[in-house]
Amino acid sequence: MPESELKYLKPQALAFKEEMILNMGPQHPSTHGVLNFLVVTDGEVIHQALPNVGYLHRGIEKLAEQTSYTGFIPFTDRIDYLAAMFANHVYVLAVESLAEIEVPERAQFLRVIACELNRIASHLISTGALALDIGASTPFVHWIRERECINDIMEAICGARLTYSYMRVGGVSRDISQKIVDDIYKFLDHFEPIIDEYNRLISFNEIFVRRLADVAIISPVDAVNFGLVGPNLRGSGITMDIRKIIPYSVYDQFDFDIPIGKGFKGSLGDCYDRYFVRILEIKESCSILRQALSQIPKGDIKAKVKRKLKIKENECYACVESARGEMGMYLVSDGSDRPYRLKIKTGSFTAMSIVEKVSQGLMVADLIALIGSLDVVAPEIDR
Amino acid sequence: MKENANLLFVFLFKTPIEGSGYSLAWYILFVFIIAGALLFFAANFAGITSFIERRIAARIQTRVGPNVVGPQGILQWVADGIKLLLKEDLIPDRADQFLFRVAPYFVFSGLFAAFVALPFGYGIVAADLNVGVYYIFAITSLVVVGIIMGGWSSNSKWALFGALRSAAQIISYEIPTALSLIPVIMLTGSLSTQDIIKAQGGLPWDWFVFHSPFTFVCFVVFFISALAEGNRIPFDLPEAESELVSGYNTEYSGFRFLVFPMAEWANLWVIAAMVSLTYLGGWQVPFVSIETLSGSLVLIFLSVAVFVIKTSIVVFIVMQLRWTLPRVRVDQMTQLCWTYLVPFCLVAIVGTMIWMLIFPWETRVALLLRLMMFGIGFAFCFFYVRRIRFNYFNDKTAYENLKKKSPWYPIWRLP
Repeated sequence: MPESELKYLKPQALAFKEEMILNMGPQHPSTHGVLNFLVVTDGEVIHQALPNVGYLHRGIEKLAEQTSYTGFIPFTDRIDYLAAMFANHVYVLAVESLAEIEVPERAQFLRVIACELNRIASHLISTGALALDIGASTPFVHWIRERECINDIMEAICGARLTYSYMRVGGVSRDISQKIVDDIYKFLDHFEPIIDEYNRLISFNEIFVRRLADVAIISPVDAVNFGLVGPNLRGSGITMDIRKIIPYSVYDQFDFDIPIGKGFKGSLGDCYDRYFVRILEIKESCSILRQALSQIPKGDIKAKVKRKLKIKENECYACVESARGEMGMYLVSDGSDRPYRLKIKTGSFTAMSIVEKVSQGLMVADLIALIGSLDVVAPEIDR
Repeated sequence: MKENANLLFVFLFKTPIEGSGYSLAWYILFVFIIAGALLFFAANFAGITSFIERRIAARIQTRVGPNVVGPQGILQWVADGIKLLLKEDLIPDRADQFLFRVAPYFVFSGLFAAFVALPFGYGIVAADLNVGVYYIFAITSLVVVGIIMGGWSSNSKWALFGALRSAAQIISYEIPTALSLIPVIMLTGSLSTQDIIKAQGGLPWDWFVFHSPFTFVCFVVFFISALAEGNRIPFDLPEAESELVSGYNTEYSGFRFLVFPMAEWANLWVIAAMVSLTYLGGWQVPFVSIETLSGSLVLIFLSVAVFVIKTSIVVFIVMQLRWTLPRVRVDQMTQLCWTYLVPFCLVAIVGTMIWMLIFPWETRVALLLRLMMFGIGFAFCFFYVRRIRFNYFNDKTAYENLKKKSPWYPIWRLP
């Protein structure tokens, strides 16, 4: 524990003699990566939990300044390894809007299809890992099996199973064949009934509901004040989805709902709401996929882009609705072939900020549930 | 113990043990032989169960499971054991060396001593104590002493959490476990495990579980509390691997670590055997009275088979629960114990007393009521199997639609 943080902890730590400081992580099985929490507890009850981020900082933003515009795309995969497609997407959106490149419509549809598949895959891991944290290992493995099908499809689409690098400035890297379209339809036919089966297995399980309902309630006001995004914000009952309010790509052509938390089993904004919103979002993604597959037009998959891309002095902010909420990139160009500055905004980082406020008075086991329900991915926090 | 040794001696040498000279030496030899046999059974059961549980878990989770070591992976547990034996026996820095070393012995002896009073068939019990059930409860409490020692001496906060949770859990669940057996003891009038089984019958409606609605409640309570005492999911709080890293055994390695999981799997047999002997008729063979049973060696072996089958079914259900359910929280665990299980037990004890007065065991009305209870229990089991079947076929059709092949393969074969 660094000395500076000890000082921060001390006034509270000395308040009761019964308190002890618990170092949770960075090698704890349920911190979802290399994350550290300094937990002040009295027995099992948490008095204070301080997230200590930075163990996975790789300086991706700085790397962008050393790499060409097109060469940075593989780095964006590494921002969020569970939902690499969104980081790809937001980066190419930023570059395209700076360089004023028109993307062919087929390419935009392909992007949406890839993104929605990736969203399903990411939510599968998220909800499965939450069940794993609660102590049920079977749902996780079942979801991994379904995710394997998505990985196979992804491999057919873009050649990679995890770090896709599918997007290109001005389009996508490969076209999809009719066989892949059929495969995705087949997967959806198989997958949609499985969601109900999964719900029967774990979502409506009495022990599971009791572990999550009324735990770590985030009020709508808090959710906005702490800058939560994505399913965490929607779990608190706020209808906010970048796909609806600032429709990028071709999302305005699809008809889909934004599931929000309603206090499904407990009160609004508890862990169960955040969990169940993700399950509902998986269903919505399936419907978006079906629409996109049926409407996909013919045409090019990539606009004509100069091999060596130089962008005149300008700046822009692009954002997409990632699996973990709004993912934004602020890109500044200075006329050279490299970005002058890139700032990445991610959902997990803001989600970490609320842990300290919500975790007071929880049990140690609830903190695990809270971290799981916030769906933090360690590399996305630190970049 | 003495009678059994005598019986065995007569069976082997055709003379009673007392007249043969060196009788004390013979007794001591028999004690060692019987203890060795029990230990052999318990250790092998723990090992083989670990393999079987992993295979069942794999089947539930649509995985393959261990299938490399030996035919179909059946020697996996031997490989695991040898691997753990060869590991370094590590004692953490600034740990309490003595307590750390001694804790596994408590866990080990507490659990394996319970096997002394557990029956395996008609007359096949190491010591038919007249306080058998009481003895089993008392001796298994040693396990929690070992767990607290291990957790405290590890010099790790996670291990301490695990140990304290274990203390809270096992101490609170001792009470419903003991209370839920009082109806059985009242019905039998004895604490001996053999007497409890003899008081029941071979047919399902002669089991204590279907005696009255109250004993049925007690059966459920006993099953839940036995799960909690055995640290099985949904009550595996002391070693909640996602919360406390590994709980009380976090800092252990090598053979000292091996003792903990081994005791846990051996405890599975203790739980299941207790459930089947107190409520599910034990080794009673249907349509065979105890007099005929005592006369024939074949029938005694049949009684062993019946007992092992009943126990294995309970073991399987415990495993299935473990791989289906999530874990409860600490406060929910104690709340369940004190606000539901203990009051239910107290009501059920009074209820059973009244039931025994109104409907004595031998009367025709009592038999009719037992048959009705059996019908309800059977419907319950039927519903349970139906649910599993329904979900299995759902999954099967979904899989077949996607992969165009059946997910089923025989239980002894892996793809």
